[in-house]
Parts: sequence; structure tokens; C-alpha cells
Amino acid sequence: MHPAPSVIIFSTLSGAGFGLLFFLGLDPDPPRGWVGFTFFAIAYALACGGLFSAFFHLKNKKNAWKSYSQWRTSWLSREAWAAVLALVVMGVFAAGLVFRDTHFAPLGWVGALLSLATVFTTSMIYAQLRAVPRWNQAATPAMFLAYALAGGALLSGRETWSGWLFLLAGAITLWHWWKGDRRFAEVGTTIRSATRLNSGVTLFEAPHTGDNYLTREMVFRIARKHAVKLRVIGLLAASLVPAILVLAPFDLGFAAKHALAGLALLIHLGGVFVTRWLFFAEAEHVVGLYYGAHLDRQAA
Amino acid sequence: MTALPASTNKKLGLVIDLDTCVGCHACVTACKGWNTQNYGAPLSDQDPYGDASGTFLNRIHSYQVEPDQGLAQTIHFPKSCLHCDDAPCVTVCPTGASYKREEDGIVLVNEDACMGCGLCAWACPYGAREVDEAAGIMKKCTLCVDRIYNENLPEEDRVPACVRTCPAGARHFGDLADPDSDVSRLVQARGGVDLMPEQETKPVNKYLPPREKDTLQAPEMSGEEDVLAPFLAPVAEEPKGFLGWLDRTLEKL
Ligand code: SF4
Ligand code: SF4
Ligand code: SF4
Repeated sequence: MHPAPSVIIFSTLSGAGFGLLFFLGLDPDPPRGWVGFTFFAIAYALACGGLFSAFFHLKNKKNAWKSYSQWRTSWLSREAWAAVLALVVMGVFAAGLVFRDTHFAPLGWVGALLSLATVFTTSMIYAQLRAVPRWNQAATPAMFLAYALAGGALLSGRETWSGWLFLLAGAITLWHWWKGDRRFAEVGTTIRSATRLNSGVTLFEAPHTGDNYLTREMVFRIARKHAVKLRVIGLLAASLVPAILVLAPFDLGFAAKHALAGLALLIHLGGVFVTRWLFFAEAEHVVGLYYGAHLDRQAA
Repeated sequence: MTALPASTNKKLGLVIDLDTCVGCHACVTACKGWNTQNYGAPLSDQDPYGDASGTFLNRIHSYQVEPDQGLAQTIHFPKSCLHCDDAPCVTVCPTGASYKREEDGIVLVNEDACMGCGLCAWACPYGAREVDEAAGIMKKCTLCVDRIYNENLPEEDRVPACVRTCPAGARHFGDLADPDSDVSRLVQARGGVDLMPEQETKPVNKYLPPREKDTLQAPEMSGEEDVLAPFLAPVAEEPKGFLGWLDRTLEKL
């Protein structure tokens, strides 16, 4: 699938933003006043910045409001609802903390749940697609949730938590890759099932001389060599290096510890960006078979 | 609206004969022509005389098939929306723009509601949906819904443009829910199949597999002389008589 930067930025940033909102909502003693304001401002900047970049991905923005109508069937519609509800509930919760110095805990719990639900609904947009076997697996929502929680934990200052969550997210990423490399064959779509022609089918001529929406959007191919390199870089940066930085038992001063946590966060977000890029770039849509692509992935 | 109907009264669709399609692309042109001049946003082209990219609702792929036995074949393979019974493109749509009609099973996009997110095109395993770059909305085969019920057209024109135009008679239109319809009987007689059955979309459109080709020139036949061969063999290697004289004279010039 075409790795559109706007969608990758969206899911990386808003994941971390909603993860932070989750921890702020559950915190038994959340930050108040100006400190609270700063935390919530960061969370909203990340979450809304992400949503905004996804909005710019739409080709007919004036109808975006209609996406609230189909929550009964559409994960994208449910995501739109979850995001708005989470932001509104957490907004009220934050206003209480920042301006009135009151902590209304149940509201925070509801907001925390809605924040997680937003990340989950985002992931289900991909996981539901049978036509993209690599996404169509349980590890997809698990991976999105783990990264959101890991980033959110660190942003909210829970270093130890974030360390273990980084490692968990890394493990789930490995699981996603392992399973993802097999999914195309498991789903069983091949150029033979696509054309229902007998043995030995190869593309003789494409339908057109130029490219088209389908080939641009869905028949993205990445060299296997680069994919392996990027996987190593992504896993190191998204999981291992930040985990070591926050879990290492150095006895540092307050400032150095914060600087280290900040460094861990930047490396982590960079790593998530790389793994998210791979999440799209490596995903094979079955329509590629009609264009002679992904033959190496199909079942024998 | 993006919930699928439990069942549809009719299942209007196409039956495409891979045996007779000659890959002329006439149906592609007819489709683009009709659907650019009639219902909905026109099907735009980008840089048509350069990199040539554009929106099409029907495209013809060509495949080479090398069977275990016999000669290789070229199969032309038209592909457009299959108007699936379990259309994944419909249920993913957040705006309600995509829907499947209960009365005849046609899958359509309400262009006034589409936000151009492209998710339905991702959900379709067949590549039957394309966002038009100029209009920013999702386009797909409408089964020429503005022809098939159009009483302003002569009766014989009330079929999809591709079916009407196909010079080889490779495309058939009808109700696949009715077991006695011409198309259903054709599917029955020729062993019509679904594309990608494992994707569980339950396509309405059916494909008729190519028939066995004759084996007159297959490798195992070569070497055997045809009984008529002596009569067909060239009579003279070198031209003689008048032709020979002409040949030699011309050679000398
Ligand atoms: S062929 Fe594709 S676009 Fe058409 S109904 Fe089936 S899934 Fe939807
Ligand atoms: S592109 Fe339009 S029709 Fe397709 S899912 Fe999005 S809003 Fe629905
Ligand atoms: S017009 Fe008929 S013969 Fe020509 S490409 Fe289309 S289906 Fe095949």
C-alpha cells in the first residue's frame, strides 16, 4: 500500500496523544493548574495534529462531517465518534483540573477508555481489510494499542511503565511481522484464484500504458533488502533503545533524567514512524495480483 | 445505509466470456464515453497525451496461460465491479455514500455524500473502485443504471454500454437471481465461476472460463504429416518458366 505521509504522521502522533490522555485520565492524582495545562496541551496538540493531517488526506473534505453517520457498520465512522467523544470528555475533565482545581475521577476514567477506543478503532480500519492480508490479523490492533500506551506512558512521566511497554510493543511488532509475512498465503488469494485461469498464469499486458489510481495507491512494492534494514532500524528505535534509556539504573540528577527521557521519546517516535511506514509499504493488496505483483507472497 | 440488504430481489450483473473476448478495449471506451457524458462526475484523464493516467470503470488485462498440456494461450480479461452480495466496499464506508440497492443488487456511490477517503477502494479485492483525481470522489461501475431503466432509449439500448458495444458478444447482462434467465443458463452451461471466492465477497458477476483450444499445432502433433501435406508442399523451390525468367531479369538490373 502507498505509504502516505499524512496518514503515517496521523497515526504516530495521535496514537501518542491519545495514549497520554489515557494515563492522564486514570491518574489518581493528575497534574493541575499550569502543569496540568501543559500536559493536556501536549496531548491535544498531538491528538488533534494527527487528526488534522488525516483530514487533509481526504479528497472531498466538505463531506467529512457525514462520516459520523455510519457508526453501525464502519470502523472509520466509529473512529470519528470515538475521537470527538474522547476529546470532549477529556476537555471537560482537563478544564476542571486546570481552572477549578477539581478532580472528577469517573470522568477521567470514561475519557481514558474513549481515548483507548479511538486508537483501537483506528487500528480496526486496517485490521478489517481481508483484501490486505498483512493487516488482517489480531496483531494489528495489539500493535497500535501498545505503541499508543508506551508513548503515552513516557509522555506522562511514567518512565518504568514506558520501558516495559516499549519492550512489549517491540515484541508485538515482531509478532506482526512474523504473522504478516505468512498472511497472504494463509488468505489463499493467488493469481489463479483471481483470474480462475489454469496453472502458469502470468501478466501478458497491463490494461494501460500509464499508471492509475489503483497502481499508485495499492500496488506499492518495496525492495526486500531495504525492508529488512528498515525493520532493524525501526525496532531498535521504537522499542529497544528507548527502553534501555528509561530503564537503565543510572543514578542521574533530575535534569539529566529528564533529558534522557526526552531523548528516548524522540527516538521512540522516530522509530514508530519507521515501523508505521513499513506497515503501509510492506502491505500487499490482493489487487496487485492482477498487475503481476506479489506473486512471491501467494500460496503455492 | 451502508448496512447491506439481507437479500436483494434481483441480482443484476454481467457474465463475461473469457473464451470470446478478443481484448479490443471497445467496452472500455464505450464505458468511459457513457459515464463521462451522463450520470455523475465525468471520468477525468490526467496528462492524456503524456504519462496518460485516468479514471476507468472497466479495464482489460491480458494474461498468458501455460497449461500443463498443450499450447500457451493469451486470455483477455475484462474487469469491472462485480456487484458483490457481501460487498466489503459498502460496509466500510463512513459517510453512507456507498450502498447496495435492495431492488436489483446494484452497488452504487452517492457522489453527493462521498468524502473521497478511498477506504472502499482499499476494501475491494478486485480493484473496481477508483477515486477520480479531478473530482475527488469515488467512481465505480454503475451497471449503467441510467441506461438499463431508461425509457427514452430504444429497447435494445437498455443494457450496459459495454454489453451493447462488445463486437465479440463476450459480455452478457441479466438477472442472476433468476435461474431461468439467459445469463443464469449460460453460467450453468459453461461452468461460470466467481473471482477470488476465498475473499468471501459473493460476486454477482460471473466469468466463463476459456474452452479447450484445438491442438492441431501442439508440440506432440508436429512431426506427423498431414494426409494433405503432399498437395500443399511448395511445387518449386526456384521459380521456373516465365516467373523464373522475370526473376532472373529483374535480378540483373
Ligand atoms: S467488485 Fe469491489 S467495488 Fe464492486 S461490489 Fe465487489 S467489492 Fe464492491
Ligand atoms: S471514498 Fe466515498 S464512497 Fe468510498 S468509503 Fe470514502 S466516503 Fe465512502
Ligand atoms: S468489447 Fe468485448 S471483446 Fe472487446 S475487450 Fe470488451 S469484452 Fe472483450
